[in-house]
Amino acid sequence: MTGAAIRMAYDGVVACAPVTVPYRRFSINTAHWWIGRALRDLTRAAGLEPPQIDGLVLSSFTLGPDTAVGVTQHLGLSPRWLDHVPLGGASGVVGLRRAARAVQCGDARFVACVAADTNHVDSFRKTLSTFSRFAQDAVYPYGAGGANASFALITKNYMNKYGARREDFGKICIAQRQNALAVPFAMMKKPLTLEEYMTARAICDPLHLFDCVMPCAGAEAFLVCRDSDAKALGLASVRLLATIERHNAFTDDPVQERGGWAMDAGELWQMAGVPPERIDLVETYDDYPVVVMMQFEDLGFCKKGEGPDFVRSHTFTTDGSFPHNTCGGQLSMGQAGAAGGYLGLTEAMRQLTGRPIGRPVAKAELALVSGFGMINYDRGLSSGAAILARAS
Amino acid sequence: MASDLLRLARRVAEGSIRVVDLTQTLTQEFPIITLPPELGQCAPFRIEEVSRYDERGPAWYWNNITVGEHCGTHFDAPIHWISGKDLPNNSVDTIPPEKFIAPASVIDCSRECAADPDFTLTVPFVKAWEKRHGRIAAGEWVLLRTDWSKKSYADYAGLTEEGAHTPGPEPEVVRWLVEERDVHGFGTETIGTDYGQAQHFNPPYPAHFYMHGKGRYGLQCLTNLDQLPPRGAVIFAAPLKIKQGSGSPLRVLALVEEAPPPRPRRASRGRRSAAGRSR
Amino acid sequence: MIEPLVRPKRKNPLKRTRQPLHPQSVRSRTAHGLTAAAAQGRFELQKCLECAMIFYPPRDACPRCLSARVPFVPVDNRGTLAVETTIRTSTDPYFRERAPWRVGLTRLDCGPVVLAHLHGDVREGDRVRLDLKLDKGGAPVIIALPEKDTPHMTDDRQLREMTCDPKFRRVLITDGRNAVGQAMARSFSEAGASIVFVGVADAWKPFPGQEALRKIARVEIVPLDLTDTESVAELAEQNGARTDIIVNTAEHVRPGGILQRHGLTVAREEMDIRYFGLMRLAQAFGPVMRSRGADGVNSATAFVNLLSVYALTNWPAYGAYSAAEAACLSAAQCLRAELRPGGVKVLNVFFGPLDTEWFQTVPPPKVTPEALARAVVQALQRGLEEVFVGDVAEEVRARLSVNPKALERELAG
Repeated sequence: MTGAAIRMAYDGVVACAPVTVPYRRFSINTAHWWIGRALRDLTRAAGLEPPQIDGLVLSSFTLGPDTAVGVTQHLGLSPRWLDHVPLGGASGVVGLRRAARAVQCGDARFVACVAADTNHVDSFRKTLSTFSRFAQDAVYPYGAGGANASFALITKNYMNKYGARREDFGKICIAQRQNALAVPFAMMKKPLTLEEYMTARAICDPLHLFDCVMPCAGAEAFLVCRDSDAKALGLASVRLLATIERHNAFTDDPVQERGGWAMDAGELWQMAGVPPERIDLVETYDDYPVVVMMQFEDLGFCKKGEGPDFVRSHTFTTDGSFPHNTCGGQLSMGQAGAAGGYLGLTEAMRQLTGRPIGRPVAKAELALVSGFGMINYDRGLSSGAAILARAS
Repeated sequence: MASDLLRLARRVAEGSIRVVDLTQTLTQEFPIITLPPELGQCAPFRIEEVSRYDERGPAWYWNNITVGEHCGTHFDAPIHWISGKDLPNNSVDTIPPEKFIAPASVIDCSRECAADPDFTLTVPFVKAWEKRHGRIAAGEWVLLRTDWSKKSYADYAGLTEEGAHTPGPEPEVVRWLVEERDVHGFGTETIGTDYGQAQHFNPPYPAHFYMHGKGRYGLQCLTNLDQLPPRGAVIFAAPLKIKQGSGSPLRVLALVEEAPPPRPRRASRGRRSAAGRSR
Repeated sequence: MIEPLVRPKRKNPLKRTRQPLHPQSVRSRTAHGLTAAAAQGRFELQKCLECAMIFYPPRDACPRCLSARVPFVPVDNRGTLAVETTIRTSTDPYFRERAPWRVGLTRLDCGPVVLAHLHGDVREGDRVRLDLKLDKGGAPVIIALPEKDTPHMTDDRQLREMTCDPKFRRVLITDGRNAVGQAMARSFSEAGASIVFVGVADAWKPFPGQEALRKIARVEIVPLDLTDTESVAELAEQNGARTDIIVNTAEHVRPGGILQRHGLTVAREEMDIRYFGLMRLAQAFGPVMRSRGADGVNSATAFVNLLSVYALTNWPAYGAYSAAEAACLSAAQCLRAELRPGGVKVLNVFFGPLDTEWFQTVPPPKVTPEALARAVVQALQRGLEEVFVGDVAEEVRARLSVNPKALERELAG
């Protein structure tokens, strides 16, 4: 947004205490149980008692029939600030944005940001069939391929228009798998070769097995509070240099080939005061490799249509030229429902504070975390990004 | 006399008085009278199961039936025809019950009818019959044996573009039977006591017109008349006691004096065969 | 190129019968505007009355100007297939067992981008026609068809899931005694039905046209009396599992209203043949048809009711007839809901006066039995749920949607 005034900086507020409750493929427990685990781990990591949590951001697909307020009574919290953020993969960045402003103006002091989902054997199918009104009326009856079918179409269109090849998408997946090998509770535990990627079972042309995330149960959480409070608790933390958020962008694009970041990326970098080259690690939302490529373009690392070239000319492991999804992303960790939208944030926070759960990125000072989600009809509606810096 | 009655009962039980069932089984498939479409029609026999040892009634089986008064083997009362509408005791509920028991003279014209579906009974034919079998007595049923009940349903109904071609009495013989012989009533195997094309007679439908006009009765769709002797059978034919009824389906039984030589039982014509009704 | 459909082999009696499944059929209330259009074979989308924007999926306000005046109207169904995919696996059992299944995004000339099922003859970049159909669950879906008809187009596997094509199917015409039943037998024979069973009651009563009826190819006359519960049950016992389409041609037409009728015998006949007849057919054939909705190429697929359009609004000159037809219409709607879980459609075909004997004194326009039969076959080939045949029926339909009261008064004369 050239010429527009920059938004208010995130002075005095930090994110800290990243928590991951190890993922499981299937769980007989409820989302409430996973949220409870995450909150307990979070309060312990932060050195807080639960009554001290006076703000709550919650994201979950399997919480029904409850929303966030039901969880307050269920788990014994009495927050003075509450936000249910049902934005799928964009929930983490959006939740962070909400919590940061609440802490900045004093509406809350210790905001727990939690995302959790369980995964029963029929969770995925049931979530798909009731996902949204447009999905119900105009998507699910057409093959019930879920997001796989929608992103197959977006991938095919992108390949037709910009010459991306399956090998290019494979490179992203293989690097992420490499990154995940160091993570003990990643769902995918073996290296992935290009041949395995190319010959894997077709799911929804042109997507094959390893283009798709594995749904699982899990939870992610972190704390947002004042810089001074984090210091007093002795917590390593990260600062927010910039954030953006957008919903239902580019409605005239016949098939989605860009996300909302393309509308707001200029503001992101202007607010952060750093160029893209300064970013040490990037955590994109990786429900499908085509979306990863779109984020590289729309966030400003290359131009629209240059994604394939960008992928061919960079390496994406933790020790590569462009460290990306450094603990493996969802494609290798698994997608724990809405927690997939927080995974990039907790991983970036860990890398920036020197405590990765996988391999570290050397000299990690600045990280960009991107979120994307809510495929409503034919495209993902929500997008967001945050640039984080290690707090000195 | 009481002993006559007891003797009757004993002889029926031991078979020296044979009971011949002159009744067609009441089924949905049996042909019924069909009038021009603009006129009211006789309801066919229909049966709806109420329950059959099932959730509708665990220990019992029963049906509801609908049926027209003139469906299947049935009795016509004088009130059925315009010519009998004002006579006393002219409906099934008011006819004195002794009228339901009467002897029968059975006139066999089956050979003539086999050759000609338009056979009509005439006075000379009856007089010739009387020469062989004796004069028809007053108060007797006159039953016309045509063997029509043995035909397939299509041939039995005998319907063509002109209507039905089935045998029946000329106007003159009906009038003669009533006035010269004082008969009890007229009975046939066909649908209707009248000749198939009796609408063209003068008067139309003389069997109905004259019989009912003189307070006499009708029986239709009879069967097994070939098992009756020409004289001497006694007919029990009591219709349902329907309020102001013009007739009703009924069980017509004939008591016959001698036991005949054994003959094969006629197969039941209840349900259709699986191959489809070819009658 | 679509492989032409091959006449199915005899069913293996040792194999379990596939149970019917259907895609999710929940739709928002507004999306049922698509159901109404698909039921009658129209392609309609919402168009804003204030800014003229045409949009999809269904919404409750215009996404451009926020107007709430956004009715469904017929729109140009032509577009270009922008991108396609083939679904190889699905969590939904219906699609899982029918994979691979092709869908794609079509850019309509009139604006919206539509996710649609794809006919086998359309490819990325092709010009296509979009068609609104009711899928196996009776829910509205869009399918992209080739711009122009292609050979064996209706044999396409995905398209056939949405239609009730008589080809290679076994049809029961319930009453062959009347002109409509005989014309129906002819039309279904010509449409490629493998057998046309024609029901005739009271075979001992001859009827006009019976010789010609017997001579129609693949016609088999069967005893069937819709007023006799046992007759209907017996035919269903013998034939129910090989009855894929029922066309109820039993009729009872008598002029006159209610007041001027003398007694109820005609009304009883009317209700017995029409309303109870329909009930008997439903009870005897419905369960087995519903269980055979996925039973191969010649699966059970449709129950066709021939209804006077005056079932929708009484015509007092034929008032008792109209009322009996109305009873049949309501029962047919119930039957539709009951058969839908089996993927069997109930098609209601409405017509004004027919060019047959009991409408003799009614002036034209009237519908001939041949025209009615053709319309029924075409409606089944298109998988419709409601059809209005002839000018009078079309006019009644149009007038009912504008002012039913005016129509009521004018029909009363």
